[in-house]
Amino acid sequence: MTRSLTSRVPLLVLVGRYGVIAALLLLILFGWARYDNFLGSYNILSFLRYTSMFALVALGMAFVIMSGGIDLSVGAVAAMSSVVAALASPFGLIPGLLAGAAAGLVAGILNGILITRLQIVPFIATLATMLAAGGTGLLLAGNQSVSVSYDTAFVELGQGDLLGFPIPAWIAAIAYVLGSIILNLTAFGRSVLAVGGNEDASRMMGLPADRVKFLVYAGSGLLAGLAGVILAAQFGAGQPIEGVGWELFAIAAVVVGGTLLTGGKGSVESTLAGALLLGLIFNILNFENGLGWISLSAYWQSVIRGLFLLLVVILQAKLVGREATG
Amino acid sequence: MADASLVHPASPARTTGGLGQLLARHGALVGLILLLLFNLAFTPNFVSWQTLNVNLTQVAAIVIVAVGMTLVIATGGIDLSVGSLMAISGALAPLILLGQILPMPHPLLAVALAFVLPVLVAGAFGWFNGFLITRYRIQPIVATLVLFIAGRGIAQVVTNGNLQVFRNPEFQVIGLSRLFGIPVQVILMLILVAGAAWMLRRTLFGRQILAVGGNEQAARLAGIPVASVKRRVYLISGLCAGLAGLVVIAINSASDANLIGLGMELDAIAAVAVGGTLLAGGRASITGTLLGALIIQLVRYTLLANGVPDSAALVAKAGLIVLAVWLQQGRKSA
Repeated sequence: MTRSLTSRVPLLVLVGRYGVIAALLLLILFGWARYDNFLGSYNILSFLRYTSMFALVALGMAFVIMSGGIDLSVGAVAAMSSVVAALASPFGLIPGLLAGAAAGLVAGILNGILITRLQIVPFIATLATMLAAGGTGLLLAGNQSVSVSYDTAFVELGQGDLLGFPIPAWIAAIAYVLGSIILNLTAFGRSVLAVGGNEDASRMMGLPADRVKFLVYAGSGLLAGLAGVILAAQFGAGQPIEGVGWELFAIAAVVVGGTLLTGGKGSVESTLAGALLLGLIFNILNFENGLGWISLSAYWQSVIRGLFLLLVVILQAKLVGREATG
Repeated sequence: MADASLVHPASPARTTGGLGQLLARHGALVGLILLLLFNLAFTPNFVSWQTLNVNLTQVAAIVIVAVGMTLVIATGGIDLSVGSLMAISGALAPLILLGQILPMPHPLLAVALAFVLPVLVAGAFGWFNGFLITRYRIQPIVATLVLFIAGRGIAQVVTNGNLQVFRNPEFQVIGLSRLFGIPVQVILMLILVAGAAWMLRRTLFGRQILAVGGNEQAARLAGIPVASVKRRVYLISGLCAGLAGLVVIAINSASDANLIGLGMELDAIAAVAVGGTLLAGGRASITGTLLGALIIQLVRYTLLANGVPDSAALVAKAGLIVLAVWLQQGRKSA
């Protein structure tokens, strides 16, 4: 469900809101019709295992953007957390998980303090945290990737399955269910949208705007930390230079999901659809190359993603214009 | 510091003294002087022709991009695509030089085209950013995100991701030659800085940029062609990025679309922020941006020269940006 502070829902806006889910279904249908094994369990499971990292980061980003902010640090924070998790992995699954998540949380709290206490604009505050987290990750790792311990169950977090589904997909699914509940059913969720819609007005209504913003950034850091843990467990190493550009992928997923970058509106479900959609483009490109008729290098991926983002933002701009005037 | 401002012409806060105010007004200059003093005291062999050359050569590309970025930020916008546009121009130039797009009748014509075409292409992409922002009212951070993602992809597709090695003394003038002992790209950088600073302070266009950034609604009511001003500003940012791309490949004698300009948007934004340009728009200082870029370069050099690893330099840069913007904040609220 999409929540917004305005209750008017014209038809065109409905199309705009659920367009991404329709596009996702169409793309899946296209893949199913065109390629063998596209909906085979191997492809689905490995797709979910890989995409869940990005989905986690996008979820945190969605809340930040709904509150009217932006978080550029998520990629670097995920990379730093993957290093921390890898360093803690010899102590076991739980210590590795907690250490990585805590590293992300600390970075998120730092963002929250910079933005609410020092009143630094989110763009710059999270840019600084991005640099700091990137540097810290490299320092901790000694400028190379840190392999995780295979003596403990830590790698299960990335490579294991539970009830036939990859564990990363479970983690992402739980996060999204919780995210949806928080946004749709709690006072905090409504506060996030209120602060994003009009911060001054929400302050006058007595909402704790600073606390809301602080929690949103802390949450985004925590989710980036979890993504880092999965990254380390999945590829068997903490990777200090991975995560470059994740923040932009996450922003793109949120935008494709129909969340307005001006804040005040958004949906958890569409963000998931946006993340899956962007991931699926890559997946389909692989299959297309597999057919052997055309050979598109991996470089086309970013061109296509960019064009897709272009299409979505233009569409969104037109819809918003229509909503404002009509 | 040349500080051009329209919205706060003479706020009383500016005349009151105090260390905080002094730092906020001339923080970049004070910071640069402190850094130089530190280096004179502690860095071995700091006072040398070579140190100066290394730092100026490395900083030139950042400054060239940051000049365009300053103008964009002065209008209240941001340009994330500059690094990718550098990659596009840096990928195109060797293709033209090596005659892989069109056979060249004369080598000098190839050189001339290799200078002009890539910069124009980057400019066209920059104009496209402005078009998206003004025509569809898309926020600058999202509109330029499109080319940030797609732009590097275009450069990689054009070159198939291959490293292009070339040797062409005429073309590499902008990376390797000297005029009166000064590297040519540094002269280019100084000309750009002087030109942009003059434009911002003395021309109608400069005033319009600041007016748009200060209060867009008021600027529109005052009859300023807001959309046209914004498009020109993003066009200029694209042209600057294109030029910087050429400088980088000329220095390296090689063009790698995966690497040219990677992370440049962050360095440029950091230089602008440290230089004291208001990130909300309406007040800009080109010389401040030059100082900001020099500070960022010198901090990195200082740490490296004193044996601190590059990764720690990143953390230092982060602290620097926060400090600069925080001081700026104090200046605004004072």
